[in-house]
Amino acid sequence: MSVLIPTTLAETVEALAGEPSSMVLAGGTDAMVEINGGRLHPQAVIAVGRVAELRTWTHDVTSSTLRIGAAVTYGELEGRHFQRWVPALSQAARTVGSPQIRHVATLGGNVATCSPAGDGLPVLAALDAVIHLVSNAGTRDVTFANFMVGPKRTTLQPGELIEAITIPVLSGWQGYTKVGVRNAMVISNAGACLAIDDEGGVRLALGSVGPTIIRCGDAEAFAASVVDHESRSVTDADATEFGRLAAAAARPIDDHRSTAEYRRHAVAVLSRRLLRRAFPNG
Amino acid sequence: MSTAVREGTIKGRLGDSPPRPDGIPKTQGSFAFAGDLSADGFLWGATLRSPHPHARIRRIDLSAAWKIDGVATIITADDVPGKPTYGLISKDQPVFAADVVRYVGEPVAAVAADHPETCRRALAAIVVDYEMLPPLFDPERAIDGSHPPIHPSGNVIRRQRIVAGDQSLVGEVVVEGTYELGMQDQAFLGLEAALALPDPGGTGVELFVATQWLHEDRGQIAACLDLAPEKVRLTLGGVGGAFGAREDISLQVHTCLLAMRTGRPVRIAYSREESFLGHVHRHPAKIWMRHHATTEGRIQRIEARLVLDGGAYASTSSAVLLNAVTHVQGPYKCLNATVDGYAVRTNNLPCGAMRGFGVVQACFAHEGQMDKLAVACGLDPVEIRLLNAMETGDTLITGQVIENVAPVAECIRRTAALALPDVPVGGRGGDPLDLPGGAGLTADASHIRRGIGWGVAIKNLMYSEAFDDYSTARCRLADGVVSLKFAAVEVGQGFVVLAQQIARSVLGVDDVVLEPIDTSIGSAGSTSASRQTWMSGGAVDGACRLVRERLFEHIGALHDVDPVRLAIDGRDVIDTLGTLRLSVSAASAGVEFTETFEQHHRPTEELDENGQGSCHTAFAFVAHRAVVDVDPELGLVKVVQIATAQDVGVALNPLSVLGQIEGGIAQGLGLAVMEEIIFTDGRVRNASFTDYLLPTMLDMPPVLASMIEQPDPMAPLGAKGVGEPPTISSTPAIVAAIRDAIGRDLTRVPVRPSDICLP
Amino acid sequence: MAENEAYVLHVNGSRREVADAWLGESLLYVLRERLGLLGSKAACEQGECGSCSVLLDDELVCSCLVLAASAVGQTVVTIEGIAPHGSPSDVQRAFVECGAVQCGFCTPGLIMAAHALLERTPQPTGSEIREELSGNICRCTGYGRIIEAVQRVAVWRAIGP
Repeated sequence: MSVLIPTTLAETVEALAGEPSSMVLAGGTDAMVEINGGRLHPQAVIAVGRVAELRTWTHDVTSSTLRIGAAVTYGELEGRHFQRWVPALSQAARTVGSPQIRHVATLGGNVATCSPAGDGLPVLAALDAVIHLVSNAGTRDVTFANFMVGPKRTTLQPGELIEAITIPVLSGWQGYTKVGVRNAMVISNAGACLAIDDEGGVRLALGSVGPTIIRCGDAEAFAASVVDHESRSVTDADATEFGRLAAAAARPIDDHRSTAEYRRHAVAVLSRRLLRRAFPNG
Repeated sequence: MSTAVREGTIKGRLGDSPPRPDGIPKTQGSFAFAGDLSADGFLWGATLRSPHPHARIRRIDLSAAWKIDGVATIITADDVPGKPTYGLISKDQPVFAADVVRYVGEPVAAVAADHPETCRRALAAIVVDYEMLPPLFDPERAIDGSHPPIHPSGNVIRRQRIVAGDQSLVGEVVVEGTYELGMQDQAFLGLEAALALPDPGGTGVELFVATQWLHEDRGQIAACLDLAPEKVRLTLGGVGGAFGAREDISLQVHTCLLAMRTGRPVRIAYSREESFLGHVHRHPAKIWMRHHATTEGRIQRIEARLVLDGGAYASTSSAVLLNAVTHVQGPYKCLNATVDGYAVRTNNLPCGAMRGFGVVQACFAHEGQMDKLAVACGLDPVEIRLLNAMETGDTLITGQVIENVAPVAECIRRTAALALPDVPVGGRGGDPLDLPGGAGLTADASHIRRGIGWGVAIKNLMYSEAFDDYSTARCRLADGVVSLKFAAVEVGQGFVVLAQQIARSVLGVDDVVLEPIDTSIGSAGSTSASRQTWMSGGAVDGACRLVRERLFEHIGALHDVDPVRLAIDGRDVIDTLGTLRLSVSAASAGVEFTETFEQHHRPTEELDENGQGSCHTAFAFVAHRAVVDVDPELGLVKVVQIATAQDVGVALNPLSVLGQIEGGIAQGLGLAVMEEIIFTDGRVRNASFTDYLLPTMLDMPPVLASMIEQPDPMAPLGAKGVGEPPTISSTPAIVAAIRDAIGRDLTRVPVRPSDICLP
Repeated sequence: MAENEAYVLHVNGSRREVADAWLGESLLYVLRERLGLLGSKAACEQGECGSCSVLLDDELVCSCLVLAASAVGQTVVTIEGIAPHGSPSDVQRAFVECGAVQCGFCTPGLIMAAHALLERTPQPTGSEIREELSGNICRCTGYGRIIEAVQRVAVWRAIGP
C-alpha cells in the first residue's frame, strides 16, 4: 500500500493518471469506516486534503455562482458566507454527522460517495449543481443529475478527480430539511431541499427515498402553477397536493433504519412544510 | 456504637461528594482500561463466530489457517480441557460450539497471532461446513412445543406462575393491554477486552479483564480450564461501563486458553460490531395485563402473561423472569393476582442482565395499565398512583411483606412538586435545536404538541431466591493510614470513592489507600442489582468498625480507659467521659490492625409453584414525570424535561447519586425512543453506533432530581442502591407523555416515528 | 510514501517516527498501538462516539477516521498533550469536581471537545454546549454533570476560580 499527499492539483491528477485505481481520500469519514472494518484494502491512496486548489471557493458575482473546491469541508459550509449565498447547503451542512465529522468531511467526498442519504446531495440536485471533473485528459463538467446514477454509483471515470462543484447563487427562498430518529449525529431517513429559482420556478429534490436523489418534476410544475410569488402565498390544499406529488415521486425502500411507508409519508410532510416556509401566506 | 464524626471536620466523609480517586487519571487518559493493557511479546486473539442462527457443524477445516504466517495457535471446542460449557445460573453455553450453533455470532474457534490483521486473515481461512437446521425465532413456538428442542435443556428456560388470593374476582372497572419491548443493548463504551498471562508450564493463568464479578468469572473459567480456582487469578482491568453486559463471561475462557496454549500473553479486544454479538442483552418481551379495580380506582386484582425471549442460552433468564413476574403489580397495593411468565429459548442473541433486570419490562406494562385505569376511573395519572401507593407493611402478591422504608407516595408528591418547564414549545430564542428534529429543521413551533407523562417503579435490591451474594472487605490501619482491600468491581459508579468515605467516617483518617481489585480476597459479589453500596459498603464499614474496636482496645489498655468510652471525633480518638484526646495517626503509630468482614444480607426464599415466598431482599422506589414535545405528523420526539424523586435511603455521596439518576434516565430515554437491536432471521442489522442509536447531549433533557432520604434500618449504612430505579420508570413516563401529546395508544418501545404518525 | 516506509508524525510537540507500519492504519491505532498514547479511546471506530477525539491542526477530529500516514506534516494534540506539564487543566479539574466522570471511557474525548469549544467560544450558551459536544457519546452520566463542568470552566475563565 502507498500513500501520497500532493499539494497541487497537477500533482494529484498526474498521480491519479499513473495509478487510476488509487483511492482518493479527502476527509476520510466514509473510507476509513470501511478500512477500519477490514472491508476495504486500498493499494494506493491519494490524500487530497492539502491540495490548495481543492480547498478554495470563489464567488463569481457576474455569473452569480459559487464554485466550491471539492475538499472544502462541511464545517466551512456551515459558515456565514454560505448561509447567505446558499442557505440550503449551509443548513444541510449543519446536519452532517458530528462537529468532529464536519471539521474534515468534504462536499467533494459526499459527491464521490454518492449515497442516497448524503446530506448535501439534495441541495446539489435542487440547484442543478455542476460537478467539475479533471483528469490528465482534460476537464469535464457534469450536472449532478447526470453524475449520480444509483446508490453509491456515479459516472466518474477511472483517473478522474472531482475538482469542484458550481452552484448558482439564487435570490429566492431556499431551505433544506432532514428526518432522523435522533436529534444529532444521525443518518437521514428522508430529506428534502426546496429552492425558488430566479425564473420563479420551484425546485424540489428528495434524499434517502430512492436509489438516487430524486427531482420531483410533477410537484415542481404543480407548484409553479399555484404559488403566488408576489404575496408569497399558497393555499393549504395546494401545499398538501405538492407534498402528495413529492411522495408519489419517491421510490423508498424498507431497511433497518426506517420503512418505505414512513419515508414516503415523511417526504410528503417535509415537502409541504418547505413550500409553506417559502410561501408563508395564504 | 455509632459513628461519631463532627460536622465539617474531615473532608470526604459520608454525605460529602469528594473527588473520586480515579477522576483526574480518567480525565488525563492515564487510567488503564482493560483494552489498554499489554505485555511483552503478547499475541492478539480473535474469535470466529457462527454466521447462521441454527446449524449443525459437520466439519471444521483449520489447515489453511494454520499455514498463515504469524498464526500461533487455533483452538476449537476440542481444545477445551475442562467443562465444555459455562453459564451464570445453568451451565448451558458452550465455550465453543461443538456440534450445533444456536445463534448468529456464537463462537466456533479462536486464533492467536502476531497482528490483528493476521488474525482477520486466519479467521477468514477457517472453513466450517454447516448443515442448516430450522431456526426458532418465535417465542410462542417455544412455549407451545411446536418447534423441536434447539438445546438439550429444552425450549422453555423457566416458567413461573403467581397465584395469589381470589382467582375469580372481576373488578367493576377492567382495563387490559398488551405491551412489547425491543431488545436493548447495554452499549458500554469500553469494549470487551482482556489480557491473559500464562503461568510457566501451563499450571495456571492470570487474567486482567473488565468484568462485573471477578470471583464468579474465576469459578466459570477454572471449570472450563480444568484448573483449581486458585490457579486462576483475576485482576480487574479498568472497566468502561457495564450495565449488566459484563455479568456473563464472554472472552474470558478464550483468552486464557489461547495464552496457555501458546505460553505467551494474549490480548483480545472486541470491536463494536463483535461486542453486539459477544454479550447478552435486555430481553425483548411481550406482556399482556388486565387490571381489575373498584370504580374509585383501587386495584383489586392483576392478571398477566409475560413472555421473555431469552435467546439461545440461559444466562440469567430465569432470574430476569423472576423479577418480571414478581414486579407486575408495580409499587401499588394489590392482593389478588394471576400471573403466568415464561423465559424461552430461541435462536436469537442470548439475553441476560441489563440495568433494571426484568423490572424494566414489567414496569412499562404496569404503568401503561395505570394510565388506562386512570382514564377509566376519571382520575389523573397522579391521583390513581397516590390512591394505590404501596407502603411499608404491605403484602406483595408473592406473600412477601415490604419491610423496607417504602415512600411511594412521597416519591410521587415530591416529583409533582418539581417545577414544570416554563419554556414554551420551541423555546424562546427560535433555536431549531429546541424543537423535535433539531438542526434537521423538520418542524416549526406550530407543528408541535407537548405532553406530560408519569412512571413510578418498585425495584428489588440485591440477589433473590435464597442466593447469598455476600461481600468481603479488609481494612488495615497503620500509622494513621487506612488501606482497604475488596474485590468489588468499579465500573464507573464510584464505589472507590464511597469506600474511602466510609473509612474516613469510621476511622477519622484522611488517607485511604485502595489496594488492587482482584481475587486475592473473598468475593464481593457482582456489581449489579443495585447492591454494592449496601453489600460492599456494608463490608467496608464492618471491616473498618472491627479495626476501630481494635484501636480502642489498644488505646484503652495504653491509657487505662475502658474502650467503650472511646470514640472518634474528627481526626482524634477521644475519651467521651474524660479528657484523653489524641490523633488517630498518633494512636496508630507503630501499630497495625487488620480485620476482614463479610457482609451478608438476610436470607431469602425460592418461590413455590404458585409464586409464593419472600424471595427478595429489599426494595427501592422512584417516580418520574416526563415532559415531551412531539411532532405528530413526522413522529419525532424531543424530551423537554424529566423530573424525578427517588427513594435513596441516605445519599452517601450526593454527586454520585445524581450521576446514577441522570445516567439511568438517559438509558431509559434511549429505550423509550431510539434504542433497539434490529434482527432479520436472527442476524443483527444494526451492530454499530451508526445504526444503534444512543442518546446524545442534544437528546437528553435537563433532569430535576429530588432525593428522598429516609434511612433504611435494614441497610448497613441506611442507604439503598440507586443505580437501577432511574432506568426503570423513566421509559414509561416518556411514552406516557408522548401518548398525552398525541392522544394515541402506544404499546411498544422504542416508540418509532411511524408508531406516532402512521395509521 | 510506499509500503512499510517509515513516516513522522508531530504529536504533542514531539517528532514521532512510525516505522514498519501498515499504511492503512488509522491515527487512533497508531497513537495507541505504536506510539503508546493510550488516552485516545476506541469505542466505535466509525466516528459515531467521539471517544478518540484529538486536535489535528487545531481542529477537533475523530482520530479513528484519520489515515495516520496522511497526517504527516500536520500537528496532532492528544489528551496527553492538552494540559502542559502534566498538571490537570481547568477543564479536567471541573470534570472531576462536577461529577462528569464515571467510567471515564468517553472522558478524554469529551475533555478534548470541551477544550476546543471553550477555545473558540469562551462563554458558550447551553445550546452551543449541547451542539458542539453532541458528537461525544457518554453512556454513564446522562450529560448533566458534563454540561455543568463546561459551564463552570466558562465562569472560571471569565471571573477566576
